[in-house]
Amino acid sequence: MTQHVHAPPARSGSAPEGAGAGVPPAARKRRAGAWRKRAEIAFFVAPALALVATFIAFPVAQAVRYSFYRWNGLGPLENWVGLENYVRALGHEVFTDAVVNNLTIVVLSVVVQLPLGLGIALLLNRQMRGQSLLRVVIFIPYVLAEVVAGVVWFLLLQPRGMLNALLEAAGLGEWVQLWLADPDIALWTVLGVLTWKYLGLAVILMLAGLQGVPPELYEAAQIDGATWWQVQRKITIPLLGPTIRTWAFLSMIGSLQLFDMVWILTGGGPANATVTMAVYLIDQGTNRSLYGYASAVAVLLFVISLTLAALYQVFILRRDVAEAPARRRRRRAVR
Amino acid sequence: MSRRRGAVAITTAGVAALVLAACNGGEADADGDGGATGQDAAAGEEVTITWWHNSNNDPGRSYYEQVAEDFMADNPGVTIDITAIAHDDMLTRLDAAFQTGDHPDIFMERGGGETAAHADAGLLRDLTDDAADTISVIEAYTGGYTVEERVYALPFSSGVVGFWYNQDLFDQAGITEVPTTMTEFDDTVAALKSAGIEPVSVGAGEGWPAAHYYYYYALRACPEDAVVAAVEQHDFSDNCWVAAGEHLEELIATEPFNAGFLATPAQTGPTSASGLLASEQVAMELAGHWEPGVMQGLSEDNTIPFNLGWFGFPAIDGGAGDQDAVLGGGDAWAVNADAPDAAVDFAEYLLSDEVQTGFAENDMGLPTNPAASGSVTDEALAELLDTRDEAPLVQLYFDTAFGENIGGAMNEAVVAIFAGSGTPQGVVDAMVDAAAQE
Repeated sequence: MTQHVHAPPARSGSAPEGAGAGVPPAARKRRAGAWRKRAEIAFFVAPALALVATFIAFPVAQAVRYSFYRWNGLGPLENWVGLENYVRALGHEVFTDAVVNNLTIVVLSVVVQLPLGLGIALLLNRQMRGQSLLRVVIFIPYVLAEVVAGVVWFLLLQPRGMLNALLEAAGLGEWVQLWLADPDIALWTVLGVLTWKYLGLAVILMLAGLQGVPPELYEAAQIDGATWWQVQRKITIPLLGPTIRTWAFLSMIGSLQLFDMVWILTGGGPANATVTMAVYLIDQGTNRSLYGYASAVAVLLFVISLTLAALYQVFILRRDVAEAPARRRRRRAVR
Repeated sequence: MSRRRGAVAITTAGVAALVLAACNGGEADADGDGGATGQDAAAGEEVTITWWHNSNNDPGRSYYEQVAEDFMADNPGVTIDITAIAHDDMLTRLDAAFQTGDHPDIFMERGGGETAAHADAGLLRDLTDDAADTISVIEAYTGGYTVEERVYALPFSSGVVGFWYNQDLFDQAGITEVPTTMTEFDDTVAALKSAGIEPVSVGAGEGWPAAHYYYYYALRACPEDAVVAAVEQHDFSDNCWVAAGEHLEELIATEPFNAGFLATPAQTGPTSASGLLASEQVAMELAGHWEPGVMQGLSEDNTIPFNLGWFGFPAIDGGAGDQDAVLGGGDAWAVNADAPDAAVDFAEYLLSDEVQTGFAENDMGLPTNPAASGSVTDEALAELLDTRDEAPLVQLYFDTAFGENIGGAMNEAVVAIFAGSGTPQGVVDAMVDAAAQE
């Protein structure tokens, strides 16, 4: 530890000054060391970089390339159409509907799951009988394979399915709906199923976040005579901030890429009422063989996701990232 | 059993498809090399032919194995490598294989725009001269597989679409005769409804089963030259394409369809359109020759528990089209452009009197070789065969005929009419818009 005390001599500016007129041996050694370090880093990072390049960067570049062509997937790329595919997609009602559906799901997922998740997490954080069992029960939907959950819900939500039968049996006959077949209702049904599926994740993350709230704060608040509501509002929720922001980010990305649950439940129907960007692009690509056009849609999905993710990072997540070193500094100062 | 799936509902994730394609790539490459030397199979050299088909259940599967054995016995040096895959999986794998050019030597084509696209891309062998004798036997069916006067595949099964109905439920509703005009059809629907029976199931969730109604109205409303112009030049200017949608709107207004039809699948599971007919929850369904087989597959003991009947799509008032024309389609054997000559011989053998007779006896489809017509054992299918052979015109399903792009856009717009959000003009606009993209 103490070796670090006599740190290497003046670091900044020494190299340019010495340029040409013979570099001091220490600096030379240091530079050789730096190169070695870089080589080492390159060596260890190369496999991961190769994977990223092969399976992410290259396909993305290819999709961008395809998106400038009219191409049915067969034969060579010959029919260059410039930005036509993009113009077409942005002007196509089904695609713009898909974007709106995606954004609706992004917003409503957070709006619905945040209070529910927080509430359940607060309840489950109390000492009670069967606490672990309840936690498991809440988390089970998230563990289920998306397709399996989708098929189960698909059957439950049929016109003659169990949900409608239960409503009838409970004397709520007028609540019976064509859950997946009514264009006015289908998107809400999908949202309901998504909430059921992903609430568990929110709860588990928030429970983990709650473990990180120091109990002393609660004790202090109690001594000061804070009410339960005040404690939650002034202590729990602010300290859960980083967890909530990270969860919301995950939720947003998942909502933007939403495909499997919709594909299983409605296939984007009825009459495109639940179509999402991913569903639209798969349909246009695989079912219609419009690979050039579908590539343009894929690029648009990529750009939209990237932009939203970047904005979120800059405006919301940065606080968490910036907070960490500040806190560390503060701690050192105390010492 | 060959089924039609106009728009493939279940598509494996792209990654899986690519992985599969990669796996097949190896095999196909090896065969490709074999093919190059295989041109001189007659000189006694070894040649391997790869063959993909969708008869992945018995009796079809064993029958095709036997057919391959027989051919190999008669043609020393030829090895046939069979891959029997479920229909949807086969389509996904074929799509991936076409893109890499590693498709098998013999495979299934559905005709129309899809076959034309494959021919344009140089994937298919021109069989016009190489299989001229066979083509002359089945020429009534080769139209859908012909591009610019050249035949690219040999149709081995061709079925027709019509109404399959539950005779018992019709009796219960007091219906003694099947409808032959749309007015009678409306009466039938009304009679069933007043007997408390849901009249018709339709798998609008998958698009094409709903679109079949539009195709039939178009076939009834459009003069033949309008149909030809649409198929060949993608010209939809004749007003009959709008009129077809208006007829459809009138039908939908009578509310003949099962509850939640917009989300009903075509053939998968008990809640599908076929499942509803099989479980006697509806009285009829517009479907193709595959329907009895599908319903058997959906029932517990592989039987249909009621008397199944069939009637053709009713005539409309004042239609300019042939009121007896039928809508149909089927499957054909195509040969890879790079396949050895022996592959053409085998494809021809598959259409021979002998093989088509066995095909018919096993109820694997409706044979195209007239020599096999009498061998269909299933009563419903035999009846259908007569209808097909007596029809003045068998029109290939329009979505297949127009190709995946225009066909898909048309189906989507037709479903919008079913949902009440689309218009007849919207269907034509969607087709014109899609055609502009070709």
